[in-house]
Amino acid sequence: MSMRSPLGRARGLGSAKDGVSHFIWQRLTAIALVPLSFWFVYSVVSLAGQDYGHFRAWLGQPGNLTMMVLVIFAVFHHGQLGMQVVIEDYVHDEKTMFTSLIVMKFAAVLMAVFSVVAVLRIALVGG
Amino acid sequence: MVEFALPANSKVQPGKTHKAPPGAKRVRTFKVYRYDPDSGANPRLDSFEIDLDDCGPMVLDALLKIKDEVDQTVTFRRSCREGICGSCAMNIDGSNTLACLKPIEDIKGDVKIYPLPHMPVVKDLVPDLTVPYAQFASIKPWIQTESPPPPDRERLQSVEDRAKLDGMWECILCFCCSTSCPSYWWNGDARYLGPAILLQAARWIHDSRDEYTGERLDFLEDPFKLYRCHTIMNCTATCPKGLNPAKAIASIKAKLVERRF
Repeated sequence: MSMRSPLGRARGLGSAKDGVSHFIWQRLTAIALVPLSFWFVYSVVSLAGQDYGHFRAWLGQPGNLTMMVLVIFAVFHHGQLGMQVVIEDYVHDEKTMFTSLIVMKFAAVLMAVFSVVAVLRIALVGG
Repeated sequence: MVEFALPANSKVQPGKTHKAPPGAKRVRTFKVYRYDPDSGANPRLDSFEIDLDDCGPMVLDALLKIKDEVDQTVTFRRSCREGICGSCAMNIDGSNTLACLKPIEDIKGDVKIYPLPHMPVVKDLVPDLTVPYAQFASIKPWIQTESPPPPDRERLQSVEDRAKLDGMWECILCFCCSTSCPSYWWNGDARYLGPAILLQAARWIHDSRDEYTGERLDFLEDPFKLYRCHTIMNCTATCPKGLNPAKAIASIKAKLVERRF
């Protein structure tokens, strides 16, 4: 039970002066993912049934490799922005919220970097 | 975490039934949420059978008839009975609206009347609106200027600039919109301002006479105060004045983007 005035509670800690870049990047990555998703689905379908050598040669082409890395960046960036909103919406205990946000962001970076390394390795090193 | 069920002491129990007077022909049942904080009992849903031939056309008329003739303890706010004061906002037939503007004829079956959702209930249909009122004060809903007003007349505004406020000045602060918004329900700790307050904030952001637009935007740029709005649009669907708070909120978001480029 707090005896703080309602206005004091409503003003709280003031504005975070943050949120626009989240808003802009969520929309930019969403727009980017429209052509990238079409390209990705088209590529997966057209590569169906091909062997590993063919896939390596395909991924080794600069255009395909660039698109694949862009897909990874856009997917994970968009995904972590969305997950941030879900956590802020549904997790109200402050400690749990901070912890889950940090864990989620680290996991997104880890998975994105790991995906890029995997793609580069297949394209450039093979094995 | 988000609560999906009512707390045990808020679960609504069946209540009393008040029968229609003998000889009544057009009988409708009004199921009214009752909660008495002094009794310590759970809320209950009382049934009132009303003869529509002996009652005004609006839900508020029926509530007044119930209070006058059946049960004087039924508690609700009302004042102007013409949709301009915003007092009689309540949840009728599953959506938030003003009892004075809601025709009984528009409702099929029993007329279910609850207080505005997800607000603390003071008594019966009276919600505690302390938090939204404080949030309203927090956005400084008055003109802010550095320039002194002209000595001989009021501050002028072009017809075009005045037209930008249409759809916002008409808001009567009934809070039907805010209390229909899931984001507002789930951020009841006052961090999300909610559609009613954001519509009011937009009303001042778009006012050509105001000189503190930047500070107003600074105050709103916050993941919780503004960006808990996910364009669910319950606010626009429920507004009894036919306003569009969702559009007003989108205009604030657009202004925040605009000043970045």
